[in-house]
Amino acid sequence: MTAVQERLVAPLPLVEQFERGLDAPICLTWELTYACNLECAHCLSISGRRDARELTTAQCEAVIDELQRMQVFYVNIGGGEPTIRPDFWHLLQYAVDHQVGVKFSTNGTRLTPERAAFLASTDYVDIQVSLDGATAEVNDYVRGPGSFEMAVQALENLQAAGFRDAKISVVCTRHNIGQLDDFKALADRYGATLRLTRLRPSGRGADVWDDLHPLPEQQRVLYDWLVANGDGVLTGDSFFHLSAYGESLPGLNLCGAGRVVCLIDPIGDVYACPFAIHDEFLAGNLLSDGGFQAVWQTSALFTGLRQPQTGGACATCSFYDSCRGGCMAAKFFTGLPLDGPDPECVQGHGAAALLGERTVPASTQDHSRTTPGRNQPVMLQLSRRDDVAVPPVPACAESPLAGFLPTREESAT
Amino acid sequence: MTILEESWVLSPAVALRPEPFGALAYHFDNRRLTFLKTPALVAVVRALGEHDTVGAALERAGVPAAQHAAYADALEGLALTDMIRPQRQEAIA
Repeated sequence: MTAVQERLVAPLPLVEQFERGLDAPICLTWELTYACNLECAHCLSISGRRDARELTTAQCEAVIDELQRMQVFYVNIGGGEPTIRPDFWHLLQYAVDHQVGVKFSTNGTRLTPERAAFLASTDYVDIQVSLDGATAEVNDYVRGPGSFEMAVQALENLQAAGFRDAKISVVCTRHNIGQLDDFKALADRYGATLRLTRLRPSGRGADVWDDLHPLPEQQRVLYDWLVANGDGVLTGDSFFHLSAYGESLPGLNLCGAGRVVCLIDPIGDVYACPFAIHDEFLAGNLLSDGGFQAVWQTSALFTGLRQPQTGGACATCSFYDSCRGGCMAAKFFTGLPLDGPDPECVQGHGAAALLGERTVPASTQDHSRTTPGRNQPVMLQLSRRDDVAVPPVPACAESPLAGFLPTREESAT
Repeated sequence: MTILEESWVLSPAVALRPEPFGALAYHFDNRRLTFLKTPALVAVVRALGEHDTVGAALERAGVPAAQHAAYADALEGLALTDMIRPQRQEAIA
Protein backbone atom coordinates (compact mmCIF):
# COMPACT_ATOMS: atom_id res chain seq x y z
CA MET A 1 0.00 0.00 0.00
CA THR A 2 1.44 3.37 -0.95
CA ALA A 3 1.77 6.16 1.58
CA VAL A 4 -0.78 8.29 -0.24
CA GLN A 5 -3.34 5.52 -0.39
CA GLU A 6 -2.74 4.86 3.28
CA ARG A 7 -3.84 8.43 3.85
CA LEU A 8 -7.09 7.97 1.94
CA VAL A 9 -8.39 4.54 2.88
CA ALA A 10 -7.58 2.47 5.91
CA PRO A 11 -8.98 -0.83 7.10
CA LEU A 12 -7.38 -0.08 10.51
CA PRO A 13 -5.94 1.58 12.51
CA LEU A 14 -6.75 5.21 12.97
CA VAL A 15 -5.44 5.24 16.48
CA GLU A 16 -5.27 8.98 17.10
CA GLN A 17 -8.71 9.57 15.61
CA PHE A 18 -10.23 6.77 17.65
CA GLU A 19 -8.71 8.05 20.87
CA ARG A 20 -10.65 11.26 20.37
CA GLY A 21 -13.88 9.31 19.99
CA LEU A 22 -16.34 8.81 17.15
CA ASP A 23 -19.87 10.15 16.61
CA ALA A 24 -21.22 6.66 17.29
CA PRO A 25 -19.57 3.51 18.60
CA ILE A 26 -18.07 0.97 16.21
CA CYS A 27 -18.50 -1.88 18.61
CA LEU A 28 -21.49 -1.74 20.91
CA THR A 29 -22.28 -4.50 23.38
CA TRP A 30 -25.79 -4.78 24.74
CA GLU A 31 -26.47 -7.11 27.63
CA LEU A 32 -30.19 -7.86 27.30
CA THR A 33 -30.73 -9.55 30.65
CA TYR A 34 -28.94 -10.40 33.87
CA ALA A 35 -30.87 -13.67 34.00
CA CYS A 36 -28.81 -16.77 33.26
CA ASN A 37 -29.19 -20.53 33.47
CA LEU A 38 -25.48 -20.85 34.22
CA GLU A 39 -23.32 -19.41 36.99
CA CYS A 40 -19.91 -19.19 35.35
CA ALA A 41 -17.16 -18.50 37.83
CA HIS A 42 -15.69 -15.63 35.77
CA CYS A 43 -18.94 -13.92 34.66
CA LEU A 44 -18.17 -10.30 33.71
CA SER A 45 -21.68 -9.09 34.50
CA ILE A 46 -22.19 -11.05 37.76
CA SER A 47 -25.34 -12.49 36.20
CA GLY A 48 -27.87 -14.97 37.49
CA ARG A 49 -31.11 -13.23 38.45
CA ARG A 50 -33.27 -11.06 36.21
CA ASP A 51 -33.44 -7.40 37.23
CA ALA A 52 -36.99 -6.15 37.73
CA ARG A 53 -36.02 -2.88 36.00
CA GLU A 54 -35.01 -4.73 32.81
CA LEU A 55 -35.90 -2.76 29.65
CA THR A 56 -39.30 -3.70 28.24
CA THR A 57 -39.80 -4.89 24.68
CA ALA A 58 -40.97 -1.41 23.63
CA GLN A 59 -37.97 0.22 25.30
CA CYS A 60 -35.62 -2.20 23.54
CA GLU A 61 -37.26 -1.41 20.20
CA ALA A 62 -36.74 2.30 20.86
CA VAL A 63 -33.05 1.64 21.50
CA ILE A 64 -32.80 -0.22 18.18
CA ASP A 65 -34.54 2.67 16.40
CA GLU A 66 -31.97 5.04 17.85
CA LEU A 67 -29.07 2.78 16.87
CA GLN A 68 -30.43 2.74 13.32
CA ARG A 69 -30.57 6.55 13.25
CA MET A 70 -26.98 6.72 14.57
CA GLN A 71 -25.89 4.15 11.95
CA VAL A 72 -24.54 1.69 14.46
CA PHE A 73 -24.30 -1.09 11.92
CA TYR A 74 -24.19 -4.01 14.29
CA VAL A 75 -24.54 -4.78 17.94
CA ASN A 76 -23.08 -7.55 20.10
CA ILE A 77 -25.86 -8.93 22.24
CA GLY A 78 -25.11 -10.81 25.42
CA GLY A 79 -26.24 -11.14 29.01
CA GLY A 80 -26.76 -13.09 31.21
CA GLU A 81 -28.13 -15.53 28.68
CA PRO A 82 -29.97 -13.34 26.15
CA THR A 83 -32.04 -16.15 24.62
CA ILE A 84 -33.81 -16.56 27.97
CA ARG A 85 -35.74 -13.34 27.33
CA PRO A 86 -39.14 -14.37 25.90
CA ASP A 87 -38.92 -11.51 23.36
CA PHE A 88 -35.35 -12.32 22.30
CA TRP A 89 -36.26 -13.73 18.87
CA HIS A 90 -38.60 -10.82 18.22
CA LEU A 91 -35.90 -8.26 19.11
CA LEU A 92 -33.39 -10.12 16.93
CA GLN A 93 -35.73 -9.86 13.96
CA TYR A 94 -36.59 -6.23 14.80
CA ALA A 95 -32.91 -5.25 14.82
CA VAL A 96 -32.16 -7.00 11.54
CA ASP A 97 -35.21 -5.39 9.94
CA HIS A 98 -33.84 -1.99 11.02
CA GLN A 99 -30.35 -2.37 9.52
CA VAL A 100 -28.77 -3.22 12.85
CA GLY A 101 -26.93 -6.51 12.40
CA VAL A 102 -26.81 -8.79 15.43
CA LYS A 103 -24.06 -10.92 16.83
CA PHE A 104 -25.25 -12.65 19.94
CA SER A 105 -23.40 -14.66 22.55
CA THR A 106 -25.06 -17.70 24.03
CA ASN A 107 -24.23 -20.74 26.10
CA GLY A 108 -26.40 -22.67 23.66
CA THR A 109 -29.30 -23.41 25.97
CA ARG A 110 -32.10 -22.41 23.56
CA LEU A 111 -30.50 -23.33 20.24
CA THR A 112 -32.86 -26.18 19.42
CA PRO A 113 -32.97 -27.65 15.90
CA GLU A 114 -36.04 -25.44 15.22
CA ARG A 115 -34.28 -22.22 16.35
CA ALA A 116 -31.17 -23.23 14.44
CA ALA A 117 -33.28 -23.57 11.28
CA PHE A 118 -34.75 -20.09 11.84
CA LEU A 119 -31.28 -18.61 12.39
CA ALA A 120 -29.96 -20.28 9.25
CA SER A 121 -32.64 -18.45 7.30
CA THR A 122 -31.68 -14.96 8.51
CA ASP A 123 -29.14 -12.46 7.22
CA TYR A 124 -26.99 -10.25 9.40
CA VAL A 125 -27.03 -12.64 12.34
CA ASP A 126 -23.83 -13.99 13.85
CA ILE A 127 -23.77 -16.43 16.74
CA GLN A 128 -21.06 -16.88 19.33
CA VAL A 129 -21.27 -20.03 21.40
CA SER A 130 -19.23 -19.74 24.58
CA LEU A 131 -16.88 -22.58 25.41
CA ASP A 132 -13.98 -22.22 27.83
CA GLY A 133 -12.47 -25.66 27.44
CA ALA A 134 -11.97 -27.98 24.46
CA THR A 135 -12.99 -30.83 26.78
CA ALA A 136 -15.88 -31.09 29.24
CA GLU A 137 -13.43 -31.41 32.11
CA VAL A 138 -11.73 -28.06 31.45
CA ASN A 139 -14.88 -26.22 30.34
CA ASP A 140 -17.25 -27.36 33.08
CA TYR A 141 -14.71 -26.46 35.76
CA VAL A 142 -15.46 -22.75 35.19
CA ARG A 143 -18.81 -22.83 33.35
CA GLY A 144 -20.54 -25.52 35.41
CA PRO A 145 -21.61 -29.16 34.96
CA GLY A 146 -23.27 -29.98 31.63
CA SER A 147 -22.29 -26.71 29.96
CA PHE A 148 -19.83 -28.31 27.53
CA GLU A 149 -22.40 -30.80 26.29
CA MET A 150 -24.98 -28.01 25.91
CA ALA A 151 -22.65 -25.84 23.82
CA VAL A 152 -21.57 -28.71 21.58
CA GLN A 153 -25.20 -29.74 21.05
CA ALA A 154 -25.97 -26.17 19.96
CA LEU A 155 -23.06 -26.23 17.50
CA GLU A 156 -24.31 -29.53 16.12
CA ASN A 157 -27.82 -28.13 15.71
CA LEU A 158 -26.53 -25.05 13.91
CA GLN A 159 -24.40 -27.11 11.56
CA ALA A 160 -27.21 -29.55 10.83
CA ALA A 161 -29.54 -26.64 10.02
CA GLY A 162 -27.04 -25.20 7.55
CA PHE A 163 -26.07 -22.16 9.64
CA ARG A 164 -22.64 -21.25 8.37
CA ASP A 165 -19.66 -19.83 10.19
CA ALA A 166 -20.83 -19.76 13.80
CA LYS A 167 -18.19 -18.55 16.23
CA ILE A 168 -16.80 -20.53 19.14
CA SER A 169 -15.92 -17.94 21.77
CA VAL A 170 -13.23 -18.91 24.26
CA VAL A 171 -11.98 -17.01 27.29
CA CYS A 172 -8.32 -17.93 27.59
CA THR A 173 -7.36 -19.30 31.00
CA ARG A 174 -4.47 -21.08 32.65
CA HIS A 175 -6.30 -24.37 32.05
CA ASN A 176 -7.05 -24.03 28.34
CA ILE A 177 -3.98 -22.34 26.83
CA GLY A 178 -2.70 -25.88 26.18
CA GLN A 179 -5.84 -26.62 24.15
CA LEU A 180 -5.56 -23.93 21.46
CA ASP A 181 -5.03 -26.46 18.67
CA ASP A 182 -7.89 -28.56 20.03
CA PHE A 183 -10.20 -25.53 19.97
CA LYS A 184 -9.21 -24.88 16.35
CA ALA A 185 -9.96 -28.52 15.48
CA LEU A 186 -13.32 -28.27 17.25
CA ALA A 187 -14.18 -25.11 15.28
CA ASP A 188 -13.15 -26.81 12.02
CA ARG A 189 -15.33 -29.81 12.84
CA TYR A 190 -18.42 -27.58 13.12
CA GLY A 191 -17.54 -25.27 10.23
CA ALA A 192 -17.11 -22.53 12.80
CA THR A 193 -14.56 -19.78 13.41
CA LEU A 194 -12.57 -19.70 16.61
CA ARG A 195 -12.66 -16.53 18.71
CA LEU A 196 -10.28 -16.14 21.62
CA THR A 197 -10.64 -13.40 24.21
CA ARG A 198 -8.81 -12.29 27.28
CA LEU A 199 -9.86 -13.26 30.82
CA ARG A 200 -10.66 -10.03 32.65
CA PRO A 201 -10.65 -9.64 36.45
CA SER A 202 -14.10 -8.03 36.12
CA GLY A 203 -17.35 -9.04 37.80
CA ARG A 204 -17.11 -12.51 39.34
CA GLY A 205 -13.84 -12.78 37.44
CA ALA A 206 -12.28 -10.73 40.24
CA ASP A 207 -12.69 -13.71 42.56
CA VAL A 208 -10.97 -16.24 40.30
CA TRP A 209 -8.55 -14.15 38.26
CA ASP A 210 -5.54 -14.96 40.46
CA ASP A 211 -6.08 -18.69 39.86
CA LEU A 212 -7.22 -18.58 36.24
CA HIS A 213 -5.30 -15.90 34.37
CA PRO A 214 -2.60 -17.31 32.07
CA LEU A 215 0.88 -17.60 33.55
CA PRO A 216 3.63 -15.44 31.99
CA GLU A 217 5.05 -18.33 29.96
CA GLN A 218 1.51 -19.18 28.75
CA GLN A 219 1.06 -15.59 27.55
CA ARG A 220 4.03 -16.13 25.25
CA VAL A 221 2.53 -19.39 23.98
CA LEU A 222 -0.75 -17.57 23.30
CA TYR A 223 1.00 -14.68 21.53
CA ASP A 224 3.00 -17.01 19.29
CA TRP A 225 -0.14 -18.98 18.48
CA LEU A 226 -2.06 -15.80 17.60
CA VAL A 227 0.76 -14.57 15.36
CA ALA A 228 0.96 -17.96 13.62
CA ASN A 229 -2.81 -18.15 13.07
CA GLY A 230 -3.27 -14.49 12.11
CA ASP A 231 -6.58 -13.59 10.54
CA GLY A 232 -7.88 -17.16 10.81
CA VAL A 233 -8.79 -16.58 14.44
CA LEU A 234 -10.87 -13.74 15.88
CA THR A 235 -9.84 -11.98 19.09
CA GLY A 236 -12.20 -9.02 19.55
CA ASP A 237 -8.88 -7.12 19.54
CA SER A 238 -8.63 -8.07 23.21
CA PHE A 239 -4.95 -9.07 23.37
CA PHE A 240 -3.34 -5.77 22.51
CA HIS A 241 -1.35 -5.92 25.76
CA LEU A 242 0.54 -8.83 24.13
CA SER A 243 1.70 -6.59 21.28
CA ALA A 244 4.52 -5.42 23.55
CA TYR A 245 6.22 -8.77 22.74
CA GLY A 246 7.11 -7.23 19.39
CA GLU A 247 4.95 -7.65 16.32
CA SER A 248 1.52 -6.02 16.67
CA LEU A 249 -1.47 -8.34 16.48
CA PRO A 250 -4.10 -7.75 13.78
CA GLY A 251 -6.86 -5.29 14.71
CA LEU A 252 -7.20 -2.29 16.93
CA ASN A 253 -4.33 -2.08 19.41
CA LEU A 254 -5.74 0.36 21.92
CA CYS A 255 -8.33 0.62 24.66
CA GLY A 256 -11.54 1.71 22.94
CA ALA A 257 -13.54 2.25 26.12
CA GLY A 258 -15.91 5.20 25.73
CA ARG A 259 -14.17 6.11 22.46
CA VAL A 260 -15.23 3.45 19.95
CA VAL A 261 -16.70 0.89 22.35
CA CYS A 262 -19.32 0.88 25.09
CA LEU A 263 -21.89 -1.28 26.83
CA ILE A 264 -25.63 -0.94 27.43
CA ASP A 265 -26.72 -3.06 30.39
CA PRO A 266 -30.16 -4.70 30.86
CA ILE A 267 -31.62 -1.71 32.72
CA GLY A 268 -30.31 0.87 30.22
CA ASP A 269 -27.18 1.91 32.10
CA VAL A 270 -24.36 2.82 29.70
CA TYR A 271 -20.84 1.79 30.72
CA ALA A 272 -17.51 2.55 29.04
CA CYS A 273 -16.89 -1.06 28.03
CA PRO A 274 -18.24 -4.59 28.55
CA PHE A 275 -15.47 -5.32 31.05
CA ALA A 276 -16.16 -2.28 33.21
CA ILE A 277 -19.61 -2.75 34.73
CA HIS A 278 -18.88 -0.61 37.78
CA ASP A 279 -20.12 2.80 38.99
CA GLU A 280 -16.69 4.23 38.22
CA PHE A 281 -17.33 3.67 34.50
CA LEU A 282 -21.06 4.43 34.39
CA ALA A 283 -21.70 7.23 31.88
CA GLY A 284 -25.45 7.51 32.38
CA ASN A 285 -28.77 5.79 31.73
CA LEU A 286 -30.48 5.92 28.36
CA LEU A 287 -33.94 6.17 29.94
CA SER A 288 -33.19 8.98 32.37
CA ASP A 289 -30.43 10.88 30.54
CA GLY A 290 -32.04 11.62 27.19
CA GLY A 291 -31.32 8.50 25.16
CA PHE A 292 -28.25 6.59 24.06
CA GLN A 293 -26.97 9.21 21.64
CA ALA A 294 -26.97 11.90 24.34
CA VAL A 295 -25.05 9.66 26.74
CA TRP A 296 -22.54 8.60 24.06
CA GLN A 297 -21.88 12.09 22.78
CA THR A 298 -22.13 14.29 25.88
CA SER A 299 -21.59 12.33 29.11
CA ALA A 300 -18.83 13.70 31.33
CA LEU A 301 -17.23 10.26 31.68
CA PHE A 302 -16.91 9.64 27.92
CA THR A 303 -15.78 13.20 27.27
CA GLY A 304 -13.02 12.63 29.82
CA LEU A 305 -11.96 9.31 28.27
CA ARG A 306 -11.60 11.08 24.90
CA GLN A 307 -9.05 13.57 26.21
CA PRO A 308 -5.42 12.90 25.29
CA GLN A 309 -3.89 10.29 27.60
CA THR A 310 -0.42 10.82 28.95
CA GLY A 311 0.64 7.21 29.42
CA GLY A 312 1.54 7.94 33.04
CA ALA A 313 4.07 5.52 34.47
CA CYS A 314 4.13 3.71 31.10
CA ALA A 315 5.12 6.81 29.09
CA THR A 316 8.83 6.11 29.39
CA CYS A 317 8.48 2.45 28.34
CA SER A 318 9.74 1.79 24.83
CA PHE A 319 6.76 -0.51 24.18
CA TYR A 320 4.10 2.08 25.05
CA ASP A 321 3.25 2.65 21.38
CA SER A 322 2.55 -1.08 20.99
CA CYS A 323 0.26 -1.71 23.96
CA ARG A 324 -0.72 1.87 24.95
CA GLY A 325 -0.79 0.87 28.61
CA GLY A 326 -3.07 -2.12 28.17
CA CYS A 327 -6.61 -2.68 29.43
CA MET A 328 -8.25 -0.08 31.68
CA ALA A 329 -10.64 -2.60 33.23
CA ALA A 330 -7.86 -5.09 34.00
CA LYS A 331 -6.01 -2.36 35.88
CA PHE A 332 -9.05 -1.07 37.72
CA PHE A 333 -10.32 -4.43 38.94
CA THR A 334 -6.90 -5.50 40.20
CA GLY A 335 -6.58 -2.23 42.13
CA LEU A 336 -3.79 -0.81 39.93
CA PRO A 337 -3.62 2.86 38.86
CA LEU A 338 -5.24 3.50 35.46
CA ASP A 339 -2.20 5.37 34.16
CA GLY A 340 0.22 2.57 35.01
CA PRO A 341 1.02 -0.85 33.57
CA ASP A 342 -1.51 -3.58 32.79
CA PRO A 343 -1.45 -6.37 35.44
CA GLU A 344 -0.42 -8.78 32.69
CA CYS A 345 2.16 -6.45 31.12
CA VAL A 346 4.43 -8.77 29.17
CA GLN A 347 7.46 -6.67 30.04
CA GLY A 348 6.92 -7.62 33.68
CA HIS A 349 5.92 -4.17 34.96
CA GLY A 350 2.48 -5.43 35.97
CA ALA A 351 3.79 -8.26 38.14
CA ALA A 352 5.87 -5.74 40.05
CA ALA A 353 2.89 -3.40 40.45
CA LEU A 354 0.70 -6.24 41.75
CA LEU A 355 3.17 -6.80 44.60
CA GLY A 356 2.71 -3.23 45.83
CA GLU A 357 -0.05 -1.85 48.00
CA ARG A 358 -3.44 -1.98 46.30
CA THR A 359 -7.12 -2.36 47.08
CA VAL A 360 -9.35 -4.39 44.78
CA PRO A 361 -12.59 -2.39 44.31
CA ALA A 362 -15.84 -3.97 45.50
CA SER A 363 -18.46 -4.60 42.82
CA THR A 364 -21.32 -2.08 42.63
CA GLN A 365 -23.96 -4.48 41.28
CA ASP A 366 -24.52 -8.18 41.86
CA HIS A 367 -27.15 -10.31 40.14
CA SER A 368 -25.73 -13.64 41.29
CA ARG A 369 -28.27 -16.12 42.56
CA THR A 370 -28.84 -15.89 46.26
CA THR A 371 -28.72 -19.67 46.55
CA PRO A 372 -26.50 -21.79 44.32
CA GLY A 373 -28.28 -23.55 41.46
CA ARG A 374 -27.52 -27.01 40.14
CA ASN A 375 -25.29 -25.58 37.41
CA GLN A 376 -22.90 -23.79 39.72
CA PRO A 377 -19.32 -24.78 38.98
CA VAL A 378 -17.49 -26.54 41.77
CA MET A 379 -14.00 -25.16 41.57
CA LEU A 380 -12.16 -27.86 43.46
CA GLN A 381 -9.02 -29.48 42.23
CA LEU A 382 -7.02 -32.40 43.57
CA SER A 383 -3.55 -31.17 44.33
CA ARG A 384 -0.70 -31.59 46.80
CA ARG A 385 0.55 -29.09 49.29
CA ASP A 386 4.17 -28.36 48.63
CA ASP A 387 4.94 -28.05 52.34
CA VAL A 388 3.74 -31.53 53.24
CA ALA A 389 6.04 -34.34 52.24
CA VAL A 390 4.10 -37.36 53.50
CA PRO A 391 0.40 -38.10 53.98
CA PRO A 392 -0.98 -37.28 57.41
CA VAL A 393 -1.15 -40.22 59.81
CA PRO A 394 -3.86 -40.49 62.45
CA ALA A 395 -2.40 -40.01 65.88
CA CYS A 396 -3.60 -43.44 67.04
CA ALA A 397 -1.70 -45.17 64.24
CA GLU A 398 1.60 -43.72 65.37
CA SER A 399 3.94 -45.55 67.65
CA PRO A 400 3.71 -44.35 71.25
CA LEU A 401 7.49 -44.11 71.11
CA ALA A 402 7.51 -41.94 67.94
CA GLY A 403 10.08 -39.20 68.23
CA PHE A 404 11.59 -40.79 71.36
CA LEU A 405 15.25 -41.43 70.83
CA PRO A 406 16.78 -42.90 73.99
CA THR A 407 20.31 -41.83 74.75
CA ARG A 408 23.01 -44.14 76.01
CA GLU A 409 23.12 -42.38 79.38
CA GLU A 410 19.40 -42.79 79.90
CA SER A 411 19.42 -46.45 78.95
CA ALA A 412 22.34 -47.07 81.28
CA THR A 413 20.40 -46.09 84.36
CA MET B 1 -7.61 1.24 -19.40
CA THR B 2 -7.33 2.36 -15.80
CA ILE B 3 -10.13 2.67 -13.28
CA LEU B 4 -10.18 6.41 -14.09
CA GLU B 5 -11.84 5.67 -17.44
CA GLU B 6 -14.30 3.13 -16.04
CA SER B 7 -17.80 3.58 -14.60
CA TRP B 8 -18.18 2.67 -10.94
CA VAL B 9 -20.81 3.12 -8.25
CA LEU B 10 -21.08 2.75 -4.48
CA SER B 11 -22.26 -0.78 -3.73
CA PRO B 12 -25.92 -0.90 -2.64
CA ALA B 13 -24.91 -3.13 0.29
CA VAL B 14 -22.71 -0.36 1.71
CA ALA B 15 -23.72 2.38 4.15
CA LEU B 16 -21.52 5.41 4.80
CA ARG B 17 -21.51 6.95 8.26
CA PRO B 18 -20.04 10.47 8.44
CA GLU B 19 -17.22 10.88 10.96
CA PRO B 20 -14.91 13.83 11.73
CA PHE B 21 -12.09 12.32 9.64
CA GLY B 22 -14.25 11.28 6.67
CA ALA B 23 -16.56 8.31 6.89
CA LEU B 24 -16.94 4.79 8.07
CA ALA B 25 -18.10 2.39 5.35
CA TYR B 26 -19.93 -0.77 6.35
CA HIS B 27 -20.77 -3.56 3.92
CA PHE B 28 -23.89 -5.35 5.13
CA ASP B 29 -23.25 -8.53 3.15
CA ASN B 30 -19.58 -9.23 3.75
CA ARG B 31 -19.63 -7.27 7.04
CA ARG B 32 -16.41 -5.46 6.33
CA LEU B 33 -15.71 -2.15 7.94
CA THR B 34 -13.49 0.34 6.11
CA PHE B 35 -12.48 3.90 6.90
CA LEU B 36 -12.49 6.60 4.25
CA LYS B 37 -9.91 8.94 5.66
CA THR B 38 -10.67 12.22 3.87
CA PRO B 39 -13.94 14.10 3.29
CA ALA B 40 -12.93 14.50 -0.39
CA LEU B 41 -12.77 10.73 -0.87
CA VAL B 42 -16.18 10.38 0.74
CA ALA B 43 -17.60 12.96 -1.69
CA VAL B 44 -16.05 11.12 -4.65
CA VAL B 45 -17.36 7.72 -3.54
CA ARG B 46 -20.87 9.07 -3.00
CA ALA B 47 -20.93 10.72 -6.42
CA LEU B 48 -19.38 7.87 -8.46
CA GLY B 49 -22.71 6.64 -9.78
CA GLU B 50 -23.66 10.05 -11.15
CA HIS B 51 -20.71 10.12 -13.53
CA ASP B 52 -19.78 8.08 -16.58
CA THR B 53 -16.18 7.75 -15.44
CA VAL B 54 -14.24 7.85 -12.21
CA GLY B 55 -12.09 10.60 -13.73
CA ALA B 56 -15.15 12.79 -14.25
CA ALA B 57 -16.22 12.24 -10.64
CA LEU B 58 -12.77 13.27 -9.41
CA GLU B 59 -12.79 16.43 -11.54
CA ARG B 60 -16.26 17.32 -10.36
CA ALA B 61 -15.16 16.88 -6.72
CA GLY B 62 -12.25 19.23 -7.36
CA VAL B 63 -9.50 16.65 -6.81
CA PRO B 64 -6.28 18.02 -8.41
CA ALA B 65 -5.02 15.99 -11.40
CA ALA B 66 -1.78 15.27 -9.56
CA GLN B 67 -3.75 13.28 -6.97
CA HIS B 68 -5.84 11.24 -9.42
CA ALA B 69 -3.46 8.28 -9.36
CA ALA B 70 -3.59 8.12 -5.56
CA TYR B 71 -7.39 8.23 -5.64
CA ALA B 72 -7.37 5.50 -8.31
CA ASP B 73 -5.30 3.29 -5.96
CA ALA B 74 -7.66 3.98 -3.09
CA LEU B 75 -10.73 3.16 -5.20
CA GLU B 76 -9.15 -0.06 -6.45
CA GLY B 77 -8.66 -0.98 -2.81
CA LEU B 78 -12.35 -0.35 -2.16
CA ALA B 79 -13.27 -2.43 -5.22
CA LEU B 80 -11.44 -5.46 -3.78
CA THR B 81 -13.95 -5.72 -0.94
CA ASP B 82 -17.01 -4.80 -3.05
CA MET B 83 -17.38 -1.39 -1.42
CA ILE B 84 -17.74 -0.05 -4.96
CA ARG B 85 -18.88 -1.96 -8.06
CA PRO B 86 -18.74 -1.50 -11.84
CA GLN B 87 -21.87 0.37 -12.92
CA ARG B 88 -22.60 -2.17 -15.63
CA GLN B 89 -22.59 -5.06 -13.15
CA GLU B 90 -24.89 -3.10 -10.89
CA ALA B 91 -27.30 -2.44 -13.79
CA ILE B 92 -27.49 -6.19 -14.55
CA ALA B 93 -27.89 -7.08 -10.89
